Amino acid sequence: MPEEKPATGGEYSSAERAEQGLEPRGSRPAKPVVAGRAREGMFGVSGSGDTSGYGGLRLPAHTAPPAERPYGGWFDEFADQFFAALAENEVPVEAVQQVTVDRNEITLYLDRAHLVQACRILRDDPGLRFELCSSVSGVDYGEDVPQRLHSVYHLTSMTYRRRIRLEVTMDVDDPHCPSIVEVYPTADWQEREAYDMFGIVYDGHPALTRILMPDDWDGYPQRKDYPLGGIPVEYKGAEIPPPDQRRSYS
Amino acid sequence: MSGTGTGHGTNGSAYAESRETTEGRVYHVSGGDWDDVLADTEHDERMVINMGPQHPSTHGVLRLVLELEGETVTQLRSVIGYLHTGIEKNLEYRTWTQGVTFVTRMDYLAPLSNEMGYCLAVEKLLGIDVPRRAELIRVLLLEINRIGSHLVYIATGGMELGATTAMTIGFREREEVLHLLEFLTGLRMNHAFIRPGGIAQDLPTDAHEKISEFVQVMDKRLPLYDQLFTGQPIWRNRLKGVGRLPVDACLALGVTGPILRSAGLPWDLRKVEPYSRYDEFSFDVPTSTEGDCWARYLCRVEEMHQSLRIIRQVLEKLEPGPVMVADRKIAWPAQLSISSDGMGNSLAHVRKIMGQSMESLIHHFKLVTEGFTVPAGEVYVPVESPRGELGFHVVSDGGTKPMRVHVRDPSFVNLQSMPAMAEGGLVADVIAAVASIDPVMGGVDR
Repeated sequence: MPEEKPATGGEYSSAERAEQGLEPRGSRPAKPVVAGRAREGMFGVSGSGDTSGYGGLRLPAHTAPPAERPYGGWFDEFADQFFAALAENEVPVEAVQQVTVDRNEITLYLDRAHLVQACRILRDDPGLRFELCSSVSGVDYGEDVPQRLHSVYHLTSMTYRRRIRLEVTMDVDDPHCPSIVEVYPTADWQEREAYDMFGIVYDGHPALTRILMPDDWDGYPQRKDYPLGGIPVEYKGAEIPPPDQRRSYS
Repeated sequence: MSGTGTGHGTNGSAYAESRETTEGRVYHVSGGDWDDVLADTEHDERMVINMGPQHPSTHGVLRLVLELEGETVTQLRSVIGYLHTGIEKNLEYRTWTQGVTFVTRMDYLAPLSNEMGYCLAVEKLLGIDVPRRAELIRVLLLEINRIGSHLVYIATGGMELGATTAMTIGFREREEVLHLLEFLTGLRMNHAFIRPGGIAQDLPTDAHEKISEFVQVMDKRLPLYDQLFTGQPIWRNRLKGVGRLPVDACLALGVTGPILRSAGLPWDLRKVEPYSRYDEFSFDVPTSTEGDCWARYLCRVEEMHQSLRIIRQVLEKLEPGPVMVADRKIAWPAQLSISSDGMGNSLAHVRKIMGQSMESLIHHFKLVTEGFTVPAGEVYVPVESPRGELGFHVVSDGGTKPMRVHVRDPSFVNLQSMPAMAEGGLVADVIAAVASIDPVMGGVDR
């Protein structure tokens, strides 16, 4: 960390750095991050000639919209400080793929190659100070979604009383994500859980083993394509279908 | 062992003087060279033992693998997963309202905190505000529940350390809590009383008197704990200086709740990120700088007193009003009544939908079978459960069921600190350390 770093809130602090044009403009991916699956039909009906709208309901996949400046609240001050700190540590601005502000929460979609360094900056920079990694969780957005596996980190700054969310997206064929245990030791078990349930391989984790499921378990239970299994009924071999195959509303 | 490194045998070797006899080698030991003698033999007592998952001192189905040198723990690993119930996965196949009945079963000593975190997350996704009366009743229930949870900490923690009196009187007071909760919500545990949009049902008419009685009883009985434990030398000696975890270790390991506060950081989400009108109440956040099991015990006892303070203030603030959002598309299920066997449909409501209004019947049917849709997006909502930060990361894809619910359970994260608390200590202190973390395995494994 350079010595001449200004104190937070003082002269040349984040508010002034905004003038330097450190925005990640032009660095956004061509396509926004898809965060949902397309849903169609009720009762699983599709491709019918039904014009009532009852069987032909179609909803596109949800994509988290990229936020535009100003983000509002403390988000702008935080973003200025964060991008300035990235630049100071020679992390390319492309490390941040997208910034989303939704429901008063800010999400930074990060390139996994720079995740660990970004976490270190977020933890150590005196203007950011995210001391606590509250939560690490995996999310699977469904079989047809590109980059369907997400590794989501919730960081808390106790100094500034702020919370942010970092998100790393992965393809299911290449479910590798760097481990942040060296920065936040608390991520140890939480990354093990995400590995156990989603098969996200955290490279650099000290002991990436299953934690909740038995050691010899096959598959990753919380993935959306994991078979659920039905319930046999004692009547002529009938079976209650698994929950995802039962008749239900979308 | 102050004489370490001095008083070697006259021959200057690392060992004491020795001579061979027909009975074997005989050492001449004098002065402070015991360390050197013991260094040679200490590995003879190394053993790896398995504690749990069915052990009365491990606070549930927690398995600890201990490597011991005599009575000293050199390594400790926690093995969890014995109570994994797949609640997070199950939630993805239930409607948003049905989810409450699942989350309430995770941390079964603080079911209302689970419901609260989940419902706050769903409400944040929906973008709705809950009526004031519902928010106040939620606070009331949460604080009653917090007292019950801390009482179980004293009861089970005491029993694990050999104090069966703690067990009996702890559960006696908790029974008061459960009786009150049963009276207020219809169920002793796993209430599913806090629902997205408010609470399931308004409080019974004489709730005010019952709660006041409860507060009076607890005011009388809580000082008993000070008499029985706080001043008691055995209790004090078993806990003081044991399982120490300073603030920086807490933050690195993500430890929150009474453990963090007893290490010196007054981080209580009810104060620092007030939700559900906690900012309207005056209460103190007890802290200490000791960071050991003793400080955690004192912290929890004081938190019970503070919870009573909040309950008294809620009683003053409670005013009649709605307890569910006005939006009929969300307020599910439409009407309930509390009967002797828990929840049942209100007869008046059944009469209306079955006999008077076809539209009401359709609406009821749609709401109960299909549920309501929640706009797509994701939120993270933390609440202060009795054990620390209970966070809900909820993702919606716009459907009637959650896309993903991840629970950051404080027991799960706090349990990671076991090796830091116990390694290098005595095996008896492992028990004290587990008890002071107060993990609930239903929450750890989910």
